[in-house]
Amino acid sequence: MEILVYAVMLFVLFNVIMGIASINTWVERKGSALIQDRIGANRAGRYLDSDLLVLKPVLPVIRFLGILGVINTLLCDAVKALFKEDFVPQGVSKFLHALGPFMAVFPVFLAFAIIPLAPEFVLFGEVIRPQLAPLNAGVLFFLAMGSMAVYGVAIAGWAGNNKYSLLGGLRAAAQMISYELAMGLAFVAVIVCYGTLDLYEMVNRQEGVWGVVYQPITFIILFIVGMAETKRGPFDLPEAESELTAGYFTEYSGMKFLLFWLGEFAEIGLFSFLLVLLFFGGWHLPFVDLPEHAWWAALIGHAILMGKVLFFCVLQIVLRWTLPRFRFDQLMKLGWKYLLPLSMINLLVYGALKAGGWLTV
Amino acid sequence: MSEPSLLNIDYGVGGVTTELRPRQLGDDLHSESMVLNMGPAHPATHGTVRIVVELSGEKIINADVEVGYLHRGFEKMCETVDYNQVFPYTDRLNYVSPIINNVGWCITVEKLLKIEVPKRCQYIRVLMSEISRICDHLTCLGASAMELGAFTVMLYMIQAREQLWELIEEVTGARLTISYCRVGGLKADLTDGFDGRVRTAFRNVREIIAKCDRLLTRNRVFMDRMCDIAVVTAEEAVDYGLTGPILRASGVNYDVRKAFPYSSYEDFTFEVPLGTKGDNYDRFIVRMLEMEQSMRIAEQALDTMPDGPISVDDPHVVLVPKDEVYNSIDGMINHFEMVIKGVQPPQGDVYVPVEGGNGELAYYTVSDGSGKPYKVHVRAPSFIHMGIMKKMLLGHTISDVVPIFGMINMIGGECDR
Repeated sequence: MEILVYAVMLFVLFNVIMGIASINTWVERKGSALIQDRIGANRAGRYLDSDLLVLKPVLPVIRFLGILGVINTLLCDAVKALFKEDFVPQGVSKFLHALGPFMAVFPVFLAFAIIPLAPEFVLFGEVIRPQLAPLNAGVLFFLAMGSMAVYGVAIAGWAGNNKYSLLGGLRAAAQMISYELAMGLAFVAVIVCYGTLDLYEMVNRQEGVWGVVYQPITFIILFIVGMAETKRGPFDLPEAESELTAGYFTEYSGMKFLLFWLGEFAEIGLFSFLLVLLFFGGWHLPFVDLPEHAWWAALIGHAILMGKVLFFCVLQIVLRWTLPRFRFDQLMKLGWKYLLPLSMINLLVYGALKAGGWLTV
Repeated sequence: MSEPSLLNIDYGVGGVTTELRPRQLGDDLHSESMVLNMGPAHPATHGTVRIVVELSGEKIINADVEVGYLHRGFEKMCETVDYNQVFPYTDRLNYVSPIINNVGWCITVEKLLKIEVPKRCQYIRVLMSEISRICDHLTCLGASAMELGAFTVMLYMIQAREQLWELIEEVTGARLTISYCRVGGLKADLTDGFDGRVRTAFRNVREIIAKCDRLLTRNRVFMDRMCDIAVVTAEEAVDYGLTGPILRASGVNYDVRKAFPYSSYEDFTFEVPLGTKGDNYDRFIVRMLEMEQSMRIAEQALDTMPDGPISVDDPHVVLVPKDEVYNSIDGMINHFEMVIKGVQPPQGDVYVPVEGGNGELAYYTVSDGSGKPYKVHVRAPSFIHMGIMKKMLLGHTISDVVPIFGMINMIGGECDR
C-alpha cells in the first residue's frame, strides 16, 4: 500500500514539475511577446483539420490552444528538439558532453522531492502527506541539491571545447557558488525563525500570519538569490548571448539543449515553490479555513499553492524581460559585498530575537 | 595530424592576421592569458567586424580590432558610373540613415557644379535627414540596450523606427535603399498630408522614447553597466578625429550642422547636446537628447516649408520633364545628353561635410570635367571611430566589448565601404 502511495505521489510530482516547466516555457514565450508588443507563437495547431471522428469534437479546442501558442511551445518545441541532430563537437569527451545536461536537470528534479504539494488528507483510512520525501533535513537537502547543480553547468562549459562555453561555465560556477553562501545564511535565518527544518512544518506555522510579514528581508534575499541561482533575469551572465553567444550550452543541440532549458524552467518553479512555502503560507489563504484531512480540502489547498507558485514564476519572467544584465564583477560585488553581509546581519537579528524570546512562531 | 583533444588547445583565433597569442602573465600563479576571437560572425557584432581580445580572467589586456569584411570597393565603383548613379551606392554606406548619405553626395556635386538648389528642396532634405537621424539613433540605442540584455527596449525602439520608416517609404518609395536625392534636386516631392502624418508619428515616437527612457536611463543596472566605461577625454576625442555623438559626449561642441551649415541648417534653431565625461552613458544620453532635437528641426522645417520647385531649372543638371522630351527638340536633346553623358561638373576638387548619424560624413571628390567622378574618397565616421576602439576596450571586461562597440555604432557598410 505504501509503495502504491509513493508511486502515485511520484507520478503526480513528476507531472507537477513538467507542468510547471511547460507553463513557464509558455509564459516565457507568450508573455515576452505580450511585453514586447509581439504576437508570439500562434501558428501550430491553428489550422488543424481532420476527418477522424475521434478528433472532430476536440478540434476547436486544439485550434484555440494553437492560437494561444500552447501547441507550439509544449508539443512542437519538444518534438523538434527530439528529432534534431544531436551535435557533438570534435575532440570532446562524449561522456562529459552527455553528462552536462543530465547533471543540470537531475538535482533540480531531486530537490522537488522535499516539496509538499498539499495539506495532509485521509484517503481509505490512511493519512497521506503529499510530500515525496518527508525528510527531517528538508531544507538542507535542497541546499545540497543546489550545490550539485553547479557540476552540470561546469561540466557542460568544459565539455563544449569552446572558449565561450568555458567562460560561461566558469561564470555559472562562480555565480552559483557565490550566491549559495547568501542563500545558505538566509535559509538558516528561516530555520531559526521557524525552529524546524521540515518544509511541511514551516507551512503549518504560517496558518495565521504569512512568514513574509516577520521576515521580509530574508524573503528579499532569497528572491534575489533564487533569480541568480536559476541564472536568469538580470543574472543571466553565464549565457549572456551578446558576448558569449550562448554561454555554457553553446555547443549543445537538440534534446540536450532542451534539457538545459527544462532544468532552468523547472528551477524557476522550484524557487517559486520555496518562496511560497517559506514566506507566503503555502496552501493557506488569509480568512480561509479549510477542514483538516478532507481530500477535497487538499485539492483546494493544492490549487491555492499552485496559484501562488505561478504568480512568482510569472514575476521572475517579467523581471527577466524588463531589466538589463549585470556585469560579472558587479554580480560578484552584489553577492559578496551586499547580499552576504546582509544575510549575516539578518541571521544575527533573528538569532537574537529568537534567543530573547521575542519571536514566537 | 594528431587527434584533437581537450588538452590540445589551439589558439582558436583562426587565420594569421592577429599577432595576439596566449602568453604567460608573469604572476605568482603562472597563469596564462586567453585569446578570444569575437566575430566576424558573432551574434553581437552587428556588421561584420572581428575583435580579438586577450583576456586575463574576464579583463581585456590587449585587443586587436579588424575591419574590412564588408569591403565592396565603393570608391572605385563610383569612378565607373556617372554622378547620379552614385546615389544607390551611397545608400549602402550607412544603411540605417541612407538619406543623409544621399544629401552628402548631392551637395558635394552641387558644390562642384556651383549651383544652389531651391529652398524647398533644401528644407525637404533637412526634414528627411533628421527623420533618418532619429532612425539611426533609435537603431543604435536599441541595439545597445539589447546587448545589455534589455531586449524589450530594443523592440520598442524598432517599433518607433518602423513608424519613421513608413514616413520615409511614403515619400521615397523605399525603406532601406532609398536613392531619394538627385544632383540638383530630389526624386519626388512630399506627399499630400505628409505634414500631419509626420506629427502623428513624432507623437508616437516621443511616447516610445519616453517609455524607453523610463526603462533605462535611471535604471540602476543600466547605469552601472554604462557609467565610467570607455572614457574618452575631449583631447583624446579630438586627437583620434572622432566626430558626431561620440565627440559631443566628450564635451566638444562640434556639430557640422552648426559649424558649417549646409542645406539651410542655419535657418533652424536647435541645441547641440553635450556630454561631460565621455563615457558610454554620456554617449547614450547624447543620442537620446539628439533625437528630440532632430524632431524639433523636422517640425520647424514642416512649419516653415516654402513652396516652389524641388529641383533646379537647369537641363544640364536635372532631367527635363517628360512632356518636354516628347514635344520639343531641345528637350529631346537635353534628355539624350543627360542620359548618355550625365552631369558634367567643371574640373576641381571639393570636400563638403555633412552631419551623418555617426559623425562627420564627407565625400572628397575630384572632377576631371567628364561625366564620371575622377576620384571619390569617403570620410566615413565609423571607420575613423574604429581607430579608438582598442583604446576604449583596454582594461574593461569582456562584457563591455559589445556595449562599447554598440556605442561607437560602427555600421559595416560605412566603415568598410
